[in-house]
Amino acid sequence: MLETRHRPFSLGRIVSLTANTFTELIRLKIFYFLLIFALLLIGSAVFMARFSFQEEFQVLKDVSLGAMSIFTSLLAIVATAQLLPRDLEERTIYTILAKPVPRYEYLIGKLAGVLLLLALSILAMSALFFAVLFIRQQMLISETLRATADLPSEQVQATLHRLQAAAFNANLAPGIVVIYCKAALLAALTLFVSTFSSSNIFTVVVMVFVYFIGHLQATARLYWLQDHAADWLSKGCFALVALVFPDLQHFNLIDDVVAGTAIPLGLFAQTAMLGWVYVSIYLFFAWVAFHGREL
Amino acid sequence: MIRRTFLFSLLLAFGVLRLPIETALSEQYRTEYFQRTVLGLELRDRIGQLGFLAALSGFRSLVADLLFIEAHVAWERTEWGRVYLLFHQATTLQPRSVRYWEMAAWHMAWNASVAMQHDRALPNDTVRRQAGRTYIALGKDFLERGIRNNPDRPQLYEALARLYREKLQNHLAAAGCYSQAAALPGAPEYVKRFAAYELSYAPGHEQEAYAALCRLYNKGERQRLPTLIQRLKTLEEKLDIPLHQRIPGRQM
Repeated sequence: MLETRHRPFSLGRIVSLTANTFTELIRLKIFYFLLIFALLLIGSAVFMARFSFQEEFQVLKDVSLGAMSIFTSLLAIVATAQLLPRDLEERTIYTILAKPVPRYEYLIGKLAGVLLLLALSILAMSALFFAVLFIRQQMLISETLRATADLPSEQVQATLHRLQAAAFNANLAPGIVVIYCKAALLAALTLFVSTFSSSNIFTVVVMVFVYFIGHLQATARLYWLQDHAADWLSKGCFALVALVFPDLQHFNLIDDVVAGTAIPLGLFAQTAMLGWVYVSIYLFFAWVAFHGREL
Repeated sequence: MIRRTFLFSLLLAFGVLRLPIETALSEQYRTEYFQRTVLGLELRDRIGQLGFLAALSGFRSLVADLLFIEAHVAWERTEWGRVYLLFHQATTLQPRSVRYWEMAAWHMAWNASVAMQHDRALPNDTVRRQAGRTYIALGKDFLERGIRNNPDRPQLYEALARLYREKLQNHLAAAGCYSQAAALPGAPEYVKRFAAYELSYAPGHEQEAYAALCRLYNKGERQRLPTLIQRLKTLEEKLDIPLHQRIPGRQM
């Protein structure tokens, strides 16, 4: 009889766990939020039609990218928070871990499932966003061409160029990638918290606090490192916030992208890399916490 | 308990390790002229608790948009004080949006200032004029702050030049602003011409303006627009340029 040797790391096992997690999440019908996103997009496009095209595009982009950011962040937290408690409740975790599946593979598979779901969601939202932006741009181009029919072609071209520049800019795509990195970071951190939390609700509440504090982390770090007048207690608190919480402000580049700031691609790459460092480290912490947990 | 302490120590160690990286990245962001908004308590007082919370959770730009829409409504109702306040908040939250600075300055220096000059509720003409001047100064202040936050964008220098030209009749300052705009990447071609036109109106700078206009004229047909030719001819007369050095065409 042929004896198959157990491998300490198997991509096949991880893929199976990922696919299983992804299917489980899909069954929760969470893609309904795309409907809300579409309504939000169309609503803001219609409402802003009374403003100039620069203002209309700016608000449309702000609303869309803001919604993308909040939806993916919420999805990352809520979807990840219920993974472990659900498996424990349904006792599937015992079936999985009773087989020769190392715990780190289990965690990687779970996280990869959520990341796949987040990637699909953000792709769908981006497609919707770009479609609405393109349609509005085309509508405005035909309106402009009608209104400027008697003007010299040079002026018409200049107006069309301004319109196109207001609608699309090269930084939109990397901006969306950074939103995804932020969601991935939150998913990894949620997984870490859920490895020692007592319930699903506890994880979600903790993560909501982390989300808010994470946006203040940069301010705390600044006060800790630069404010020499503060007393030791305040400095200690600032240091704790700066060291324990992730800096989520780094992942809010979309504000500046929409305002038309030319952000170097290198900076986007550094931010994305920082995001993946966070993901890897939090996954490692999750494994450390989960490794010795009695099930 | 031991495991939890160990985990917390790991978390702190990771914090210490990433501290220099995050500080360097933040510094890089700041030097690139973005992410400059400081979410202090003063801002919280101005935008309210809900707005502040939204700004804290990464929706700075979205809150700024809402404030901008609110300012638009206030403008339709000609509530000038409110327009000022709302634009002040919007520009504080999103200082990189050139559009907000431009619109704020336009509402203050053009709309509000003219409305004040015709406001029958004010006791007399002196007060009306004074109120008008105050709003022009507020518009100028918006543009100057906008430039400090966006020194790399030509649009705000151009808007400030327009304000100097049309509202303060300070042609020299307008010429300076147009020149600054022209020196920046992405500036439209006409700003260089406008700088020379404005200089030609500034008393005592005729020679300088004449040289600038000649340089543009010599660049070719594309620059030889009716206003440029008219300004050149006016200066030729004023400076008494010898006939053989003057540009061809009908004398004024």
